[in-house]
Amino acid sequence: MTAITTTPTQLDVLESEAIHVMREVAGEFERPGLLFSGGKDSIVMLHLARKAFWPAPVPFTLMHVDTGHNFPEVIAYRDAVVEQHGLRLVVASVQDAIDDGRVAERADGSRNPLQTIPLLDGIASHRFDAVFGGGRRDEEKARAKERMFSLRDEFGQWDPRRQRPELWDLYNGRHKLGEHVRVFPLSNWTELDVWRYIEREDIPLPDIYYSHDREVFLRDGMWLAPGDWGGPRPTETLETRTVRYRTVGDMSCTGAVESIATTVADVIAEVGASRLTERGATRADDRASEAAMEDRKREGYF
Amino acid sequence: MGDQPTNHSQRDLLRLATAGSVDDGKSTLIGRMLYDTKSVLADQLSAVEAATAARGGGQVDLALLTDGLRAEREQGITIDVAYRYFSTATRAFVLADTPGHVQYTRNMVTGASTAELAIVLVDARKGVLEQTRRHATITALLGVPHVVLAVNKMDLVGFDQAVFDAIASDFTQYAAGLGLTDVVAVPLSALDGDNVVDRSSRTPWYTGPTLLEHLEAVPVLRDPRTEDFRFPVQVVIRPRNAEHPDYRGYAGRIASGVVRVGDEVTVLPSGKSSTVVGIDTFDGPLDEAHAPLSVTLRLADDVDISRGDLLVPAGSDTLVGQDLEGTVCWLAERRSVLGQRVLVRVGTRTVRALLREVNARLDVESLTVEQWHGVDTLHAVDATDTSSDASPQALALNAIGRVKLRLAEPVALDEYASHRRTGGFLVVDPVDGSTLAAGMIGATLLDRLVVDAPADENDWLAGAGI
Repeated sequence: MTAITTTPTQLDVLESEAIHVMREVAGEFERPGLLFSGGKDSIVMLHLARKAFWPAPVPFTLMHVDTGHNFPEVIAYRDAVVEQHGLRLVVASVQDAIDDGRVAERADGSRNPLQTIPLLDGIASHRFDAVFGGGRRDEEKARAKERMFSLRDEFGQWDPRRQRPELWDLYNGRHKLGEHVRVFPLSNWTELDVWRYIEREDIPLPDIYYSHDREVFLRDGMWLAPGDWGGPRPTETLETRTVRYRTVGDMSCTGAVESIATTVADVIAEVGASRLTERGATRADDRASEAAMEDRKREGYF
Repeated sequence: MGDQPTNHSQRDLLRLATAGSVDDGKSTLIGRMLYDTKSVLADQLSAVEAATAARGGGQVDLALLTDGLRAEREQGITIDVAYRYFSTATRAFVLADTPGHVQYTRNMVTGASTAELAIVLVDARKGVLEQTRRHATITALLGVPHVVLAVNKMDLVGFDQAVFDAIASDFTQYAAGLGLTDVVAVPLSALDGDNVVDRSSRTPWYTGPTLLEHLEAVPVLRDPRTEDFRFPVQVVIRPRNAEHPDYRGYAGRIASGVVRVGDEVTVLPSGKSSTVVGIDTFDGPLDEAHAPLSVTLRLADDVDISRGDLLVPAGSDTLVGQDLEGTVCWLAERRSVLGQRVLVRVGTRTVRALLREVNARLDVESLTVEQWHGVDTLHAVDATDTSSDASPQALALNAIGRVKLRLAEPVALDEYASHRRTGGFLVVDPVDGSTLAAGMIGATLLDRLVVDAPADENDWLAGAGI
């Protein structure tokens, strides 16, 4: 047994806040779901959910929006975690949505923007009234104004002018039938906080977050990995580079960064010294326009 | 300075809010803090450079770092509270950036509710204005313990010590009248960076801390040992599996104070008492835990406890009642209606309630409080009569008023002035679920500012430009 006698550290406070938010959702909603991509933010969310309800099991269903162009290492990680902790996972498939005509493949092959419809359909068909997302306010300017509890209408749309003021730690999750609430327990975390927490809690991640040799090609200043999604084009050449991923999304728009960071400590040192944000470095989709994220959020994106 | 990847394990966290308008250079100041603590990365900076160029060029506008939504950039205003993150080797900061133009009361109240420190910005050329006094008033109303007066644009008054001293003295005196005792004034230039992060050579007469030095030094929390233990129960943990067939724990976050194994606690509102026999976490049991940690408590007796209950030390004289008096900030477009049915959220408990009375209102323009003898509407008013919207005893968006609410069942009511973590409440619309108002239980600053109500209610109506 230990006694806590010092001022809580930043990570203690962030952890406690996230656990508080998750317990609020468990107390206030009927059918919460947790968006789980196998990316580090959703892995940290799941870890927090396990801590929040211990020794009871995680009271949320996991949902993965599968673009069909995911990194195989990440899918393997996802399935192993679900198995290990006895969790319930549902998959919303972009491929299915393409096959039955709900969305159409884009000319550039990117399926990231196609995730919104399967996401909303998945939320509706599983009747989730609250959905946890791993979004952080430090990621992007439009996210800086996001609430912990973010109300979405029956079309899943985010209306920045309709968001409820959030005071103290009193989160208002009331909503009308058909509406749902997106909940962001990591709102106040930065990329470095996530990494430091992964280090402190010794949380395993998919291998692609750490340095490895990989065949990649350069497009638009980003190192992309070849795959079924359509890269490389005839004009693009494959070469082997020592890389790692800062985010794991759709293979068509998630770039690798050159890195020799093989441990969490290496990654923390690298992220601390980086002069680029993780989205700026590795996400083609956010470069499209000054308000790219805002537009996608309005449509119901993560 | 900057976010050092090493030496972070003991780093703590300070929540702060800024108040001021674009004209005072608030966005520039925040941009400067982000930039000088190396919290702005190259791609963000190049986006700002591109945006600056697209708007006609010139010196890179650090204010653009903080304008998030398209409408804000197009109109050059800030619509909503935005949260910013920066850190130094010893402390991380969560900054609530509250806009000065649109709905500033609603936004500032929101930002200040969680802040331990507020930065109030003034333009050195203009000194303390009505707006400055409003910001100080809201800071005091929400019980923010520490205030920094940032006297900006010192470069435009030649770094004149006399100008700074006069403004600092003026503000400190006013703030003291509001009960704000911890005020530190800093002369600075956000545009040039003087005394923001780095000490300025242009203010040799100033011996106090730079803004960031002060932000790093201010205490993050009150010592939990000086506060009453409060534990709102969020969920009951009952695994009912082979490994834990009889486990029953009460999960929550310690809102204030300290809890130890062996402590006698009372459950409110029921009043039943028991003894803490376990403080559980995923990482193992604790002998004691303090705010703001999230834990799960086990008790010796099988008392009936559920979400919404509040655990307090046995023998506390916490008020449990059905009549809630307090100060609210009205947050909805729709005005309050006397007699309207609402939901009140206190801690983790939500109860049905009636808005019985609005008996005083703070005019945030004149900073005076007008009050009148309230009419008890519990049985008198037809809440469906929308004509009462026009009543002076209604609160419009951004109004701050004193109310009485009748609750459908007894609730533990902590005074906000002494229990900032548990004395706040929300008023929620039972129909669409929107948040109508946020309130503070018991006597607040508003009660200190009370002036006599005018004899003629129509005079009062004409004067209340809220």
